[in-house]
Amino acid sequence: MISSIIFSLLLIGASVFFFINVKKIRRNILLGRDVSFSGNTSDRIKTMVLVAFGQQKMFARPIPAILHFFLYSAFIITQIELLEIVFDGVAGSHRAFRASLGGFYTFMVSFIEILSVLAFIGTVAFLARRNLLKVPRLIKSELNGWPKLDANLILIGEITLICFIFMMNGADEVLYSKNLSHATNLGDGSLNFSISRHLGPLLFGGLSENGLHTIERIGWWGHILMVLGFLNFLPYSKHLHIVLGFPNTFYSNLKPKGEFTTLESVTDVVAPNFDPNYVAKTDPNNPVRFGAKDVQDLNWKNLMDAYSCTECGRCTSACPQSITGKLLSPRKIMMDTRDRLEEVGKNMDANKGTFVDDGKSLLGDYIKHEEIWACNTCNACVQECPVNIDPLAIIVELRRYLVMEESNSPSELNTMFTNIENNGAPWQFSQADRANWIKES
Amino acid sequence: MSTIKVPTMQEMIANGETPDILFWVGCSGSFDDRAKKITKAIVRILNHVNIKFAVLGAEEGCTGDPAKRAGNEFLFQMQAMQNINVINGYNIKKIVTGCPHCFNTIKNEYPALGGNYEVVHHTQLVQELIDQGKLKVQGGEFKGKKIVFHDPCYLGRGNGVYEAPREIIKKLDVELAEMKRSKANGLCCGAGGAQMFKEAEKGNKEVNVERAEEALALNPDVIAVGCPFCNTMMTDGVKHFNKEEKTKVLDIAELIASANDL
Repeated sequence: MISSIIFSLLLIGASVFFFINVKKIRRNILLGRDVSFSGNTSDRIKTMVLVAFGQQKMFARPIPAILHFFLYSAFIITQIELLEIVFDGVAGSHRAFRASLGGFYTFMVSFIEILSVLAFIGTVAFLARRNLLKVPRLIKSELNGWPKLDANLILIGEITLICFIFMMNGADEVLYSKNLSHATNLGDGSLNFSISRHLGPLLFGGLSENGLHTIERIGWWGHILMVLGFLNFLPYSKHLHIVLGFPNTFYSNLKPKGEFTTLESVTDVVAPNFDPNYVAKTDPNNPVRFGAKDVQDLNWKNLMDAYSCTECGRCTSACPQSITGKLLSPRKIMMDTRDRLEEVGKNMDANKGTFVDDGKSLLGDYIKHEEIWACNTCNACVQECPVNIDPLAIIVELRRYLVMEESNSPSELNTMFTNIENNGAPWQFSQADRANWIKES
Repeated sequence: MSTIKVPTMQEMIANGETPDILFWVGCSGSFDDRAKKITKAIVRILNHVNIKFAVLGAEEGCTGDPAKRAGNEFLFQMQAMQNINVINGYNIKKIVTGCPHCFNTIKNEYPALGGNYEVVHHTQLVQELIDQGKLKVQGGEFKGKKIVFHDPCYLGRGNGVYEAPREIIKKLDVELAEMKRSKANGLCCGAGGAQMFKEAEKGNKEVNVERAEEALALNPDVIAVGCPFCNTMMTDGVKHFNKEEKTKVLDIAELIASANDL
């Protein structure tokens, strides 16, 4: 009875706290400018199913893809077992679904146990890759400090969670075989779960009844506490991708990657020179900044991209400029965008919901000019991202701000602009000479 | 080698004719000495198959691509609208470009500003001509040689055109080698994003050297490209390793034109 109350309070508390943080993230994302993604719903669902649910782009690199798939599938399937844990916790029952589900129950838990073992292998391999093998993309400087700790905490948390699952099931198996388990005895002498049937007697076979019940309870409570802890760690961690990966792929750019957005605010200025009957598309009384200086100037999809990033660094490992030692790292662009957005969000929390200018901005305080001017706009980062994040879109918006609002671009680019403006070519050739090549043959 | 025939739109209209296709030459193809050779190779192919085409000549202006990538949307839209005015004025329906950057810009970014055309890159047109039996291709001097194709970002990743250039190369009876980073995973030559027009930022290597190194590791006779900017970058990269005697950097149009004595 007492434990049911404690459990229910914990569950409610954890859910409320999580909900509050989710609301903040939603508010932060919606600080971005509006952008419409209407239509193409079936294409969008298809992309989401393939890329997020089916992990399609992960498999460009098979080994991490398989290891990640172990964790991913274990995570998804374990949710079913979690339903029973929550039910048992509130009702004070024990393995309440077993009697009614029968063989299906044994199959499900057995399946979860096998996936848990695979996930254990995956997690250990990931820890080794990160800390011992020094995979280049996992040791770059932007991961120093919290990002590295964040990644390791989650991996260690997952290992702990899996240990709790086997403590819970293993000890219960021994108890059940001795007819001491709180689960309804179906007269079958074993819970018959694929792994704990063997692992339980092996690890806990010699323990007393009290010892077994203690281990079982530590496993059970440990499991649910880890789950609730993980849930509430998400908003502070790079692991939001497990949720946001789905909407983020749904709102993927379905146009050719080479196509950049058209700024209607610019069209409204340029078009009347060519068409006197042109009707403006944007509100002249509400002028917006050209490009982006800070996170509020980006659109909400750019900001959702930032929250969806799990800092895997595939983008950076494919970026021609990162490969050749330049300052630019597409992953850092995403991390900086999220960090700045969180800072803006905290500023709003501290000021009754309105942002008070802190004299800082994404461009300059987080992302240096040198980073964005290095970009080749080659789309390698966009191609690589397993959840269809577009770092290039942010880089282009920052460039637009520097060029159109501050006229602050590298001098060679200014020369190129002047040439195009004056002679219709990026070099200093006269437009009248454009067809000279014909006569030169 | 016969002389080339390159009518301008103005000449065509003056003769009461309309072309089937506009050849968009581009800035590089018009002014850069190396790229002019590619332009002429494309013209030789067009002349050979008797396509009725025209160029805009002095009426053509930069598509605005480098301005757009660099963030200068104003300049881009100015250029785009000027060009669209000219192209629409001639009532042009189909355009072939000699450069993936012009191709991408006109195909994808002009429609929002009032320019709607069927746009193809020259490798797509050549493949179409081969498929239709209008262009017969032989390996000629390249027969049996090893050729590696470097994907231009704005043709490949940018627009999903990976096969047209490869299909053409295969027709030359050669060994088509692939770099590890190819097609969707191709590595940029280093020119895109307006980098062509400025010095690189501080780092430990030039992008074109990284890419040329990867291509040269396959020991090819030819590095085939489909973009005048890639051509410049890869040529410089090959020179960096003093391999210009062994490995030539050639556009697909040049491969076709010279293998078939056009």
